[in-house]
Amino acid sequence: MDVGKLVAVIGDEDTVTGFLLAGVGHRTAEGSNFLIVKQDTQLTQVEESFQKLSQRNDIGIILINQHIANDIRHVLKDYNQTIPTVLEIPSKEHPYDPEQDYIMQRVNMFLGGGGI
Amino acid sequence: MADVPPTRMNQQIFKGKKKAAEGGHKLLKKKADALKVKFRDYAKAIAETKSSMTGDSSNAFFSMTQAEYAAGNFKQKVAEGSMTARVRVGAGVDNVAGVKLPVFTKYDTGAAADNQSLGLVGGGKKIQNVREKFTDLLEMLIKLASLQTSFQTLDEALKVTNRRVNALENVTIPKIEGILGYIARELDELEREDFTRLKLVQGKKEIEIKREAAQKAKEAAKIMVSGQARPKSNDADITAAFDANDDEDVVF
Repeated sequence: MDVGKLVAVIGDEDTVTGFLLAGVGHRTAEGSNFLIVKQDTQLTQVEESFQKLSQRNDIGIILINQHIANDIRHVLKDYNQTIPTVLEIPSKEHPYDPEQDYIMQRVNMFLGGGGI
Repeated sequence: MADVPPTRMNQQIFKGKKKAAEGGHKLLKKKADALKVKFRDYAKAIAETKSSMTGDSSNAFFSMTQAEYAAGNFKQKVAEGSMTARVRVGAGVDNVAGVKLPVFTKYDTGAAADNQSLGLVGGGKKIQNVREKFTDLLEMLIKLASLQTSFQTLDEALKVTNRRVNALENVTIPKIEGILGYIARELDELEREDFTRLKLVQGKKEIEIKREAAQKAKEAAKIMVSGQARPKSNDADITAAFDANDDEDVVF
């Protein structure tokens, strides 16, 4: 049954709930593939969970809210694997800012500064 | 480059090497161009998808808020209990000019949805709406993820290819050309040396021959003189000893 890879989510409650309803959630005895980051969640916990998710080989994509990605930017900067792919997504409270996304920076740089 | 012995064989070998390097350079350049075209496509697609993602996600979040309003706080219920992923991504491979790009495709495992009873009390329709909206968003994000992965892989491949093109262009080919020049120079030098040596030897030989000839002429003249002066008694003896040489002397 383990064909294909999972989609992991690190995000605030709304984001994670939404994707769980869409059916990405996977929780077994070893742990789950998502993390709900609340106001009182420690930064170290987020880092740890990201490390753990990125080292699992049954995960293909990690979705992460942009404001959380900004919090653990130092970890993401060092992350250079291709798979799992880390994808920054907007969250409910924080609108998406393409300027802060590494990929978007690269894209804009390539397309000539001013975007398309 | 001085460690290559300047021989004709090495010259041939390095001519072959130069040809190979130039061929490789041409091919790599073509590959880099192909990658660049693809890279540009991906960059554009990412830029477009990312900007449309903003709208889609705010739509999805709005539906979530609506559901929360209708069904109360159901979020904890969603996140609890054991669950099996219904949505997985298959990893396919796309090939651009020899570079393998991972492509994610979403597929449903067909498992029953978790928390089907959610919203039974109220707001079920809204929650269904949330499911749909987020499924759509997820689909798009998966597409975006494969674009992004391809983008990064291409970026890396492009860098490597460009590095190789530049290395061939600016290091390998000039080096081979230098060696070829060196070999050609050395060979020319050897030829000139040979020529000079031959000339020198020939010159010496000529001097030697001239000297010998002069000597012989002198001797012959002496003999002639002495032959005429001397009495005939010695005549027979002299012709017997120098018969062959006498003939040659006449030529000079």
